[in-house]
Amino acid sequence: MAQDILKMEGITKIYPNGVMANKDVDFSVREGEIHALMGENGAGKSTLMKILFGLEEYDGGSIFYQGKKLDKAGSAEMIELGIGMVHQHFMLVDSLRVYENVILGMEPVKGMVIDSAAAVSQVSEIGRKYNLQVDPMAKVGNLSVGLKQKVELLKVLIRGAKLLILDEPTAVLTPQETDELFEQLLLLKKSNHTIIFISHKIREVMRICDRVTILRGGRSVETIEVKDATEEEISRRMVGRDVVLQLDKKPAEFKQTVLSVKNLNYSNQFGKPMLRNVNFELRSGQILGVAGVEGNGQNELAETIFGLTQGATGEVLVNGTNMLGKCIRSIRDQGLSYIPEDRMTLGVAKDGAIWENLIPDRVDSPNLKNRGFLSHKKITALSDELIEEFNIRCRNKNQTLAMLSGGNMQKVVVAREFSAAPDILIANQPTRGIDVGANEFIWKKILEKRDEGNAVMLVSADLNEVMVLSDSILVMCEGEVVAYFEDSSKVTEEELGLYMLGLKKQGVREVG
Amino acid sequence: MGNFDLLAFAFSIIRVMTPLLFASMACMIFSKGGVDSIATEGIMLFCSLAAPLGSWMFGNCWAGLLFGIAVGILLTCVFGYVTLFLKTEPVLAGIALNVLASGATIFIVYCLTGEKASTQSIASSTLPIVDIPVLEKIPVLGDILSGHNILTYLSLLSVLVLSFFLFKTKSGLRMRTVGENPDAAESVGLSIIKYKYMTLIIAGTLIGMGGAFMSMGYVSFFSKNMVAGRGFIGIAAESMGHGMPGGILLSTLLFSVADALAIQLQVMGLPPELMQLMPYLVTIVAIAVYSYQREKKRLQHA
Repeated sequence: MAQDILKMEGITKIYPNGVMANKDVDFSVREGEIHALMGENGAGKSTLMKILFGLEEYDGGSIFYQGKKLDKAGSAEMIELGIGMVHQHFMLVDSLRVYENVILGMEPVKGMVIDSAAAVSQVSEIGRKYNLQVDPMAKVGNLSVGLKQKVELLKVLIRGAKLLILDEPTAVLTPQETDELFEQLLLLKKSNHTIIFISHKIREVMRICDRVTILRGGRSVETIEVKDATEEEISRRMVGRDVVLQLDKKPAEFKQTVLSVKNLNYSNQFGKPMLRNVNFELRSGQILGVAGVEGNGQNELAETIFGLTQGATGEVLVNGTNMLGKCIRSIRDQGLSYIPEDRMTLGVAKDGAIWENLIPDRVDSPNLKNRGFLSHKKITALSDELIEEFNIRCRNKNQTLAMLSGGNMQKVVVAREFSAAPDILIANQPTRGIDVGANEFIWKKILEKRDEGNAVMLVSADLNEVMVLSDSILVMCEGEVVAYFEDSSKVTEEELGLYMLGLKKQGVREVG
Repeated sequence: MGNFDLLAFAFSIIRVMTPLLFASMACMIFSKGGVDSIATEGIMLFCSLAAPLGSWMFGNCWAGLLFGIAVGILLTCVFGYVTLFLKTEPVLAGIALNVLASGATIFIVYCLTGEKASTQSIASSTLPIVDIPVLEKIPVLGDILSGHNILTYLSLLSVLVLSFFLFKTKSGLRMRTVGENPDAAESVGLSIIKYKYMTLIIAGTLIGMGGAFMSMGYVSFFSKNMVAGRGFIGIAAESMGHGMPGGILLSTLLFSVADALAIQLQVMGLPPELMQLMPYLVTIVAIAVYSYQREKKRLQHA
């Protein structure tokens, strides 16, 4: 059996605001394995890795690397020791070239000048060695997400890292890019690198990891061999109870068309066309999933339908009336409701109280008023009811929103938008960055809406979510609808991936 | 109406460009290193007072220049400390510093001399004029380019030196990384603080030389509000030049032509009020350009 390369014992971390992020966490990794670190949001995965990489100080416990105890050191020392981290958000400088990003901090010099020829050849050599092909001269800002990730891996490998920490590396990748990454990781494993793989996605962990350590509520729950475990088992340990991963979905009953988008075109403020001639119909009783690699117009489509963009041309017919260019109030009055992509900018006022965030779309409603003035009593009744129904975990309705966890903040948005009783719900990344429990809850609520005979348009970068929830699927690539599947059960993730990357495209008739 | 002398006019463009170029090069360094440049104006005014005071105290013009530079570095570091480490809103700290400068400089002058308008009553010297050996003999070119103040040549040299520093050396690469994405620098173990302070010190030096030129270049005294918007023009020139040294040099030249033209028009008999109007007019344009670029950047990041 291989040696432990890393051992973290009894790690405890308390943030200055009193939040205990890690409590007595034990975590050990064997040399040459791919070890998954799993847990819900806020379970303490990122904190633990930041501690290991020297980005956060810790209040208790000890860390052993290659048998030696590490004193509290910074990330520069960790890099020296052969620990490298690929962060979830890329740590790259867009205006610089690939080779400049890779050699940053260890630039080869000739006299006073950076020896760029030597740098380029170093970068290509390490790229060849680990099969990470990226043009060293390309500007990083022009690269795709998958390529940027390769640059991050190069950055870590060129520094001679033997232990790699990957923080949710697949969150932004298409299925094809994920496959490629996994091949590279297996190649690294073969050359005796050790990898810590942080992920939410149980299936990926099952695919490439040897062991998995599960964190819950800041504590380490258990470390298990992946080959002895099942998906259900792992998810139960993460959440502490059974979670429905496969929703049991009633068969869909499509009724009349409620939203029809015709020849929709839109260019953003920099003149870049984001929507090109988009046509589709949404019927009541239908969940229409919009899939695509992020940045291919899905967000713009959702925002344009809801009146959040300016200058789009075409038609957005809601029950036969063109609502394009109308104000959001009148769009809402037509029975539309919207869960925005980024809850922090468009979804909530984070310094406001929970109750203030539950009512802004209905302050004109007589249901909240008493002789023309807002009635505190009525608002309290409504807020308490919504907090109860949507299971928002908080002290009371007066708590500031910023104090809530991401999942509970999203539940506030969902509570507001669902309780507006929409006929058409546009859900733009409704479960991004929230934990499994809240995720499951929101999925159930969306299905409930559909079963009540309402129409749902679901935009999501999480292909699994699109596959599980949608009745029909539409795929976007570079602002165009490149594929439409009336019955989502007749298409596989791999096939969707080909359309998302623009490798395949349906003809005009099929798209409809 | 006086006679229009083309050579003298061209010469005066180079002359008035000096403080503007220092200011815009300082703004370039600020922007590359990720520090807000809004306080350039006020710091430059402080420096233009510090330089002749230093020259008077130590009885030496070089000591005066160094004193001006020292004050420039000190104040940029103070500004950097409150905005980067204490997280004060940069516009707020910048306005505070700019307003403070116009009042505090007059106050200091009054305390030292009993006058409020200038430091003419204390003895201070100017920095030397340099004739370029071969160049001065060439007709036309020699007339325009030779015989300027030493700081004028330093300002032109700084464009070359800073381009080399930013784009060829490893410190330059690291400084640009810290300015554009501090997380990227931290991820490879670079010290953000070190490169932020490097930014502040280089910018402070440039501002110090710009300020010293105002009060030690052609006159040997400080007079109130003598920087008159040049710091703001530096910000605008940096934006107009899209942050690239060559572009910034060209846009600075454009502002200098406007400035020299105003002086020329006054010489030719147009009312002096027009000339007094010029810096403020250009400042308005400059700040408008700055806000526009800032907004554009913000939208791009959103």
